[in-house]
Formats: sequence, structure tokens, C-alpha cells
Amino acid sequence: MRSVLGNEILKTYRKWRSSIAFVTIGAVVPLVHIALYLQGDALLKSAARGVAQDFFLLGNLMNGYFVTSFLMNSLWIHIPFLITLGAGDQLAGEATGGTFRLLLIRPTSRTKVLLTKYATTLLYTLTVVVFLVLLSLLLGIALFGTGDLLVPGRTLVIVPESEVLWRLCGACALAVWGMWTVASLAFLFSSLVENAIGPIIGTMAVIIVFYVVGNIPVDLFQQIKPYLFTTYLNLWQEVWAVPIVWSDVITSAAILGGFSVGFLGLSWYIFATKDILS
Amino acid sequence: MHRPDEPLLQTTNLGKRYKRRWAVRNLNLTVHRGEVFGFLGPNGAGKSTTIRMLLSLVKPTTGAVKLFGKSLRGHRREVLARIGGLVERPDFYLYLSGRKNLEIVAALKGDVRDGEIDEVLDIVGLLRRADDKVKTYSHGMKQRLGIAQALLGFPEIVILDEPTSGLDPQGIKEVRDLIRRLRDDRSMTVFLSSHLLHEIEQTATSMAIINAGTVMVQGSVQELLSAGDLVLRVEARPVEGALRVLSGVPGVGEVKRDGEVIECSLPRERISTLNQRLVEAGIEVSALVPKRSLEEYFLSITEGASEMAPALPGARPDRSGTGQLSVDHPEG
Repeated sequence: MRSVLGNEILKTYRKWRSSIAFVTIGAVVPLVHIALYLQGDALLKSAARGVAQDFFLLGNLMNGYFVTSFLMNSLWIHIPFLITLGAGDQLAGEATGGTFRLLLIRPTSRTKVLLTKYATTLLYTLTVVVFLVLLSLLLGIALFGTGDLLVPGRTLVIVPESEVLWRLCGACALAVWGMWTVASLAFLFSSLVENAIGPIIGTMAVIIVFYVVGNIPVDLFQQIKPYLFTTYLNLWQEVWAVPIVWSDVITSAAILGGFSVGFLGLSWYIFATKDILS
Repeated sequence: MHRPDEPLLQTTNLGKRYKRRWAVRNLNLTVHRGEVFGFLGPNGAGKSTTIRMLLSLVKPTTGAVKLFGKSLRGHRREVLARIGGLVERPDFYLYLSGRKNLEIVAALKGDVRDGEIDEVLDIVGLLRRADDKVKTYSHGMKQRLGIAQALLGFPEIVILDEPTSGLDPQGIKEVRDLIRRLRDDRSMTVFLSSHLLHEIEQTATSMAIINAGTVMVQGSVQELLSAGDLVLRVEARPVEGALRVLSGVPGVGEVKRDGEVIECSLPRERISTLNQRLVEAGIEVSALVPKRSLEEYFLSITEGASEMAPALPGARPDRSGTGQLSVDHPEG
């Protein structure tokens, strides 16, 4: 691959740091599967605790789909962390390594370098999320088979087996979309500093603080909540609603997209005019 | 179009301020096609900042850079396509092979022929190790790979920032020979920075000395090195007698005594006269060591004896801003 984008992709995936995400997911997902295989009933009971007194739940509810949707809860904190490892390193890593001096003295605009790096970040994020979902699903189906999906929550939602797969694809796509916003924030922080640790900690700090602010039932915080991007990160859960409220999905997706573009725009502004002193 | 008599590289009043401090100020450099231009200055003089401005890594606060008669700011991509550069330490993607690193550079450069990566690797003698990870390279090999990436596309001018730093004597000699070959065989113009006078002296055809962000002198190496009187170190006994003889020799300038050692400035052709007089006066001469004034001058800058270095004897510091050669040729 001689193309600039191809090289960026190669650089990212050949870096040991990037493999942390895949190694972690590759280790944790089977571990959770084994745990559920041995003692999964407890989890199922807790998932159905709100409705168990009023309904009889029949069929194979402990199935691959349930396990996958359960594991997708790692999208709150764990997966964002793994994504910032890669996204936060995109620009700052070049500064740390001194390799900006190799790239930016070429007859290529900084905008192009930035955009190829951003595209690589998006690809990396996509592969991390897809890897999580695909591994959970394949391993889950192999161990637990298929069935209707019981969606944990206060009300009883059961997605019939025939509909689960396309909804799961939708959840995966929307999860990627949300994680792109997280990646964009890490990318923005990455454009500011010369070491990847800052962007990783910074992004996680922002996410955690925003979650906290969004979940405290105080008037002031609830007024701020619509302006925090973390409010919309649960976008992927919307696909479990029966029927799906498409207007909510579109609004949330548009807002997250807006944040992503905003973060990218800011990083472009910083990067295009920055003095390279590393 | 770029005219042949026009400077290949020219900076006018180039300056860079970091917060309060000026790293480079009113820098006027002129480099002509075919020169090996030595950019000499002590550490922290502003060499790297200047080179970063020449390669568009850092945006000048004042002034402009012109290459091939075109402004770097206005024709950035066009100009950079014709330059190769190595800035400070040779840093690479350590987890990739030397060849892969060059492929990354080549893809960004765009106009690199097939087989050219092998060619530049061969020039710097790295072809055999090309497929090893850069992590496994010695410092000298990284330095050579750094030169190789600057040569990709065989640009009209290569800008090398301290290319021999950290090399062993053999490595230094190889780089020096390589630079000569680039000029002679490929008619490249070479811009070379160094903090060592003798290095510039051995490789460059013209030079500028920079200190505290300003060009102190600029001109052809030959003319600058022969400019001014020599500084002669005299070791003779008795010292008092030697001093007495010295004061009688015409042309002797400032005389300094430091214990048993005397230093004085005098024209080159007077050394033999002085020697003869000393011997005639029955004085035991154990050493007469001539040093060129440029060397002395540069030493005084590097030692950082004062913020503002003393003026070079026989040469006028280039404060005019014209970038012209400013050496007064000694008569005779």
C-alpha cells in the first residue's frame, strides 16, 4: 500500500498500543461468556427483576443475543477508554516520536495529513466496536444458542428472535457513531499536546464528569444535560424500543455528529497553524 | 521562472518569537545554487528554529523565506517538493522497517520513482539492513537513514541539521564525503548546520555564523577563514624577555599574558620575523601556535563569555541586513 491513508492505517495497527484494545476485548469477552455459562441464571434474574413477579418468562432467554446486548454495556466506560488509547495517540504520538518532522516537511498540506489521521481514527474506532459485538455474538451463539431477546429495564421488552439480528446491527452502527464522537474528542485533545497520556486521561475525565453531571437530579445539572454529548451516547439502546422511535434516533445521531464535526474542526484549526517544536 | 543568478534560498528579516524571547531575529541568509552552505552557531543560537522555518514546521513571526525565487508561504507545496530535509534528531517509526519508513515519506512526497528507495538506501549504505526494524538500528544508522529520507526524490536542495552529531569519526568522514558527492555528482545544493567550525570548514563552500538568533558574519569559507590577523600563542622563556621583543615587532596588536603563555595578534607574514627576533634575543621558544581569528572569534561565542560577542577582527559583523559578504580584506 503506497497511499498516504494506507500508510496511516498501517502505522496505527502495527503499533503495539493499538493492539491493547483488541487483546483486552479478546480476553474479557470469552471470560464473561464462561462466567455466564456457569452462573448466568443470576444475571438473567436480575435483568428481569422488575417484571418477574408479573410474568412467566418462557423460552431460551439466556442466549447469544442477550449476552451480546449485556456486553455492549461496556460502551459506557470501557470501550471509550480503549478507543482513546488509539485516538489520543494519533497526533500526540507523532509529536512524542518526533515524526512530525518527517511528515510535515513534505509537499502535502497539513489538512490532508490531519484528515487521513482522522479517517484512520474512525476506522480504528469502528473495528474496536465491531470486534466487540462480533466476538460477543459469535461466541454467545456458539455457547448459548439463539432466542428472543429480553431487554433489561424497568418495563418488559422482548424483541422477537426474527427481529434481533437487524436491530443488533443497528445497535452496532449507532454505537460506532457514538464512539466516533468520543474518538473525535480524544483526537482534538491529541492535537493540543505532545504526549498521548493527556488526551487519554482528559477524554475519560470529560466523559465521567459529564455522566455524573447528567445523572444528578439537580435542576441546574438537568438544564445543562442537553448540551453534553454524553447524554446522547446511549443512542445504540434506542434500537431495542418496540417500536423504534426514529425521530429520537435521528436527533441524537445528528447531535453526536455535530459534536464530532465540531471537535474535528477545532483540531484542524489548532493543527493547521501549530508550530511543530517536537 | 527561477533565474540562475538568483539566490536559491533567501531569507529576509526572518524572525521568530516564542512568548517573550526572540529565538531568531532579523535573519538574512543567501544561499546560491551549487553551494555547500555552512550554518554555524553554538547550541541554542537559533539554527534549528531557522531550519524549522525553512521547512515550514514553524511559522515565522517576521520576515519571509524565498526558495527558487518563490515565497515559501505562497507556494508551500511547490517549494517543499523541491527540498529535502533532516531536522534535529533523526526520528522514525521505530516499530517499522527502515524501508517502510522511507515508503511513508515517499507516499507523502508523491514524485518518487520506483527503485529510488533502494537507491537512497544504497547511497547511505543501509540497503542490507533496510528490512530490519528501525528500533534495532544504531544511532549512526538512524542518522544515515535520516539523510536517506532527505534525499528521496533527489531534491534540488537538502537541508541537514547537524548531520554528523553523535557519529564516530568514521561516520563523520562518511557523511562529509557523501555531502561532497551530492554536490559534485548530483549538483545538489546543501544547507548544513553545525556547531563545529572545523566541520563547516572541511565541507562548506560558504557560511554564516549565527549567535543569539542573529547572523554575525556571512561569506565564502575561504575568505572568512583567511580574514583578519592571526592570533599567535607564544610559549617562551623568560616571559618578560619575550614580551619585550614582541613590543618591538611591527604589526603586533593586542598582547595578553596568562601566566607563562602570551597571546598576541599579528599578520601571518610576521610570524617568521617574530621567531627570528626571539631567537636572536636569546629567548628559549618552545611553541609558536597560530590560530585563525575566525576560530578565536567563534570560540568566544561558544564559550558564551558575553551575550553580545565581540566583533570579528578584520570583519564587520553583518548588521546591515543585506546579507552581503562583509569582510575587509587585509592589504597585501
